[in-house]
Amino acid sequence: MNKQDHEARLNLIKSRLKIRYAKEKAFRAAGVTAILTALSMLAILFITIVGSGYSAFQQTFVRLDIHFDQEVIDPERSGDPEVFSQADFAGLVKKSLRKKFPDVRKRRQKRDLYSLVSSGASFQLRDMVMNNPGIIGSTKTVWMPADDDIDMYVKGHIKAGEKGGGRIKDYKLAWIKELSAGGAIEKRFNRTLFTSGDSREPELAGIWGAAVGSFYTMFVTLVLSFPLGVATAIYLEEFAPKNIWTDILEVNINNLAAVPSIVFGLLGLAVFLNFFGLPRSAPIVGGLVLTFMTLPTIIIASRASLLAVPPSIREGALGVGASKMQAVMHHVLPLALPGMLTGTIIGMARALGETAPLLMIGMVAFIVDIPAGIFDKATVLPVQIYLWADSPERAFMERTSAAIMILLAFLLIMNAAAVILRKRFERRW
Amino acid sequence: MQYAYLLILITLLSAIGYYLGRQRSSRLVKQEIRRLHSLPGHYGMYVALWCSVPAVIILGLWITLQSSAIESLVISALPPEIQSLPQEQLSLVLNDIINIAGGIIVSDAPDEFLLAAAGHYNQLKGTGFLALAALLMTVCAGGLAMGMRYIRPDMRARIKVERTMQALMLLCSAVAIVTTIGIVLSVLFESIRFFNQIPVTDFLFGLKWSPQIAIRPDQVGASGSFGIVPLLAGTLMISLIAMLVAVPTGLMSAVYMSEYASDKIRTVVKPLLEILAGIPTVVYGFFAALTVAPFIREMGGRFGIDVSSESALAAGLVMGIMIIPFISSLSDDVINAVPQELRDASLSIGATRSETVVRVVLPAALPGIVGSILLGVSRAVGETMIVVMAAGLTAKLTANPFEAVTTFTVQIVTLLIGDQEFDSPKTLAAFALGLVLFVITLCLNVIALYVVRRYREEYE
Repeated sequence: MNKQDHEARLNLIKSRLKIRYAKEKAFRAAGVTAILTALSMLAILFITIVGSGYSAFQQTFVRLDIHFDQEVIDPERSGDPEVFSQADFAGLVKKSLRKKFPDVRKRRQKRDLYSLVSSGASFQLRDMVMNNPGIIGSTKTVWMPADDDIDMYVKGHIKAGEKGGGRIKDYKLAWIKELSAGGAIEKRFNRTLFTSGDSREPELAGIWGAAVGSFYTMFVTLVLSFPLGVATAIYLEEFAPKNIWTDILEVNINNLAAVPSIVFGLLGLAVFLNFFGLPRSAPIVGGLVLTFMTLPTIIIASRASLLAVPPSIREGALGVGASKMQAVMHHVLPLALPGMLTGTIIGMARALGETAPLLMIGMVAFIVDIPAGIFDKATVLPVQIYLWADSPERAFMERTSAAIMILLAFLLIMNAAAVILRKRFERRW
Repeated sequence: MQYAYLLILITLLSAIGYYLGRQRSSRLVKQEIRRLHSLPGHYGMYVALWCSVPAVIILGLWITLQSSAIESLVISALPPEIQSLPQEQLSLVLNDIINIAGGIIVSDAPDEFLLAAAGHYNQLKGTGFLALAALLMTVCAGGLAMGMRYIRPDMRARIKVERTMQALMLLCSAVAIVTTIGIVLSVLFESIRFFNQIPVTDFLFGLKWSPQIAIRPDQVGASGSFGIVPLLAGTLMISLIAMLVAVPTGLMSAVYMSEYASDKIRTVVKPLLEILAGIPTVVYGFFAALTVAPFIREMGGRFGIDVSSESALAAGLVMGIMIIPFISSLSDDVINAVPQELRDASLSIGATRSETVVRVVLPAALPGIVGSILLGVSRAVGETMIVVMAAGLTAKLTANPFEAVTTFTVQIVTLLIGDQEFDSPKTLAAFALGLVLFVITLCLNVIALYVVRRYREEYE
């Protein structure tokens, strides 16, 4: 090889090297871009949810002087709570509004005037009277929730006077201005959101009913899926003979883990509702369906954590005369339990966020009451989110985001618990 | 809820049985435990099992059989003219009775016989519960006595208890099999009923999907056609868009994480990506409908493209974001499983890192990556909430991603929500769609698991 040849080759390599390094850089940049894309999506998701939902934790209230008129509430002075509960409390609110704005004469405008305050105000007044009949005849200052349109306007989500979309008329705007100038409109912490069930009126709707439903459903799921999953894992990992049935069982569990969740819903509909005749929309059915869905997750995690326990533990126990069952129950299982619990928490977190199979078994019904047991009609948090997201009112959009924030907070707590559990009990052998 | 009390009762009695069995076994040998075959606890467990297992079996049988038994008793006590009603009306009447019995007022003035039947129903239920409680008590006590009688110092209690426990575990693991069988049977059974009304070929190869059945024979435009080709096309289009987002992003993230990133970055970024996997799909659906779809519509408007507000693109994009962490974490696993020697060899002959990745690591990990992509596709096909909230309802055979398309899962949900009637082809069609969905995802999963498993064995 002569010198010239060598030079030429070296130059060729050098010039190629530049391109290769450039390619290397581009490849690396592509990797960074991919990660940044994923993370920025996460960020956008959180920002939009929080941005559109944080205002739902406050609710606009209107202050009115209500005269608890004896003639309206209890004209015969019977003092009977039955009579109170039948009284026309909405009339009291209307009267107070008319007094505040005496110039309003037209029928149309009057109706608009009455719609400043939520229709739930009358229930609030009724509860006040029921709790304390002594206030009848007196005049009290009461803060009551404003209608959702007013709420949205005060929070700046809808603008007034827009053509077509403007739901708030000019004179209504003047009333709001007058009220807030007098300090009679205020934003306060939205307790209703946390304490009441669903409602058609956004300002009266809360997530408590759905949260309780979620709790019952998760309770059923946990009680069924944890023992079943752990027992299955122990059997497969420690006792099962290596034969074709065990193989089939294993393949089956892995497949079950990847079956679309909606198919589990079809199973629940066909088997539990139509065949066994269990009640529709009940947490017991939801819990059963979610049990089947989470079982594979728990089994797979439990097997992995059993597998991580070194054989020397088993052999040591067997060596000092323990039976196989004793070795497993007294030595292997306690060591594997933290891992099993971690898997279970992750499975439960997934079940808590699951919606589709519950739609199939009727948990989408509109349910106002707080469920009192696992056989009551109920809905769950994610389904509540779905229902609210479908509602046309602007105020429900805000509440949907708020409900999502609460659901995500629960999931975050559960996942954090799993991580802490794993860190705390993780053992390297 | 009452049954919970019975369960607590059985547990209590079993605990007593455990205690008594332990006592008796150690008393039989005058506290000299080594003369017993097993530990006293085993004798206790033996008695407790005798006490609880038969009782729980009876309880389970009772619960499954009770409602139909009571219903047939109530029906047989109804006036004969009601009994001779056709099956559907009879079940409506029965529903009314159960509602009245449960304290729900159905109409303002229920008929006399309904009230009587409701009373009868409640009475039967009450007696049934008392009878069950008495039966369970007897069985528990009997089992306890039997168990106690069998206790002898040379009785092999441990072996018997352990065999029973193992059998119970086997039973638990059978639940997974039963679930699969249940899914297959329930979906298949209803699908066969559907195919009795609509031919299979029309279903599989029909080009039109409009499940509205005419109520009157002369109604226009409501013929009810059940061809799944448009649904398949819609599902595939949305899945394709999702995979176009998820595969490059997920794969490149996995490559960067395992080949380039420092430990520090990995410990931060990996959990963040896992958060993406933990977000409920209903949240993604809301995000798609609230933010992404209007954004795409606006962008389309700026470029003069007519974008539907329920475009396939929006649903597909968001679904892609959801699938990124699946692809990335599964690919991460398989890339990490490639032996370090392969990389070292490649680097030592002068390849750059990216060349090593593209020419050595990825080909070696390819089967696993293909497996993870297939699992991703299976998730995309079966995903429900995102498409329910962000994709359309009308089935259209189109290749334009800006138009609204519909999927299997959307149709299943819309066909079944709120519909209680179980015999119309409309409802049954949902199960036929479920069958198709199940078969598609099952095939994808089996292939994916096979590929991943075979690959793993190669390097271990």
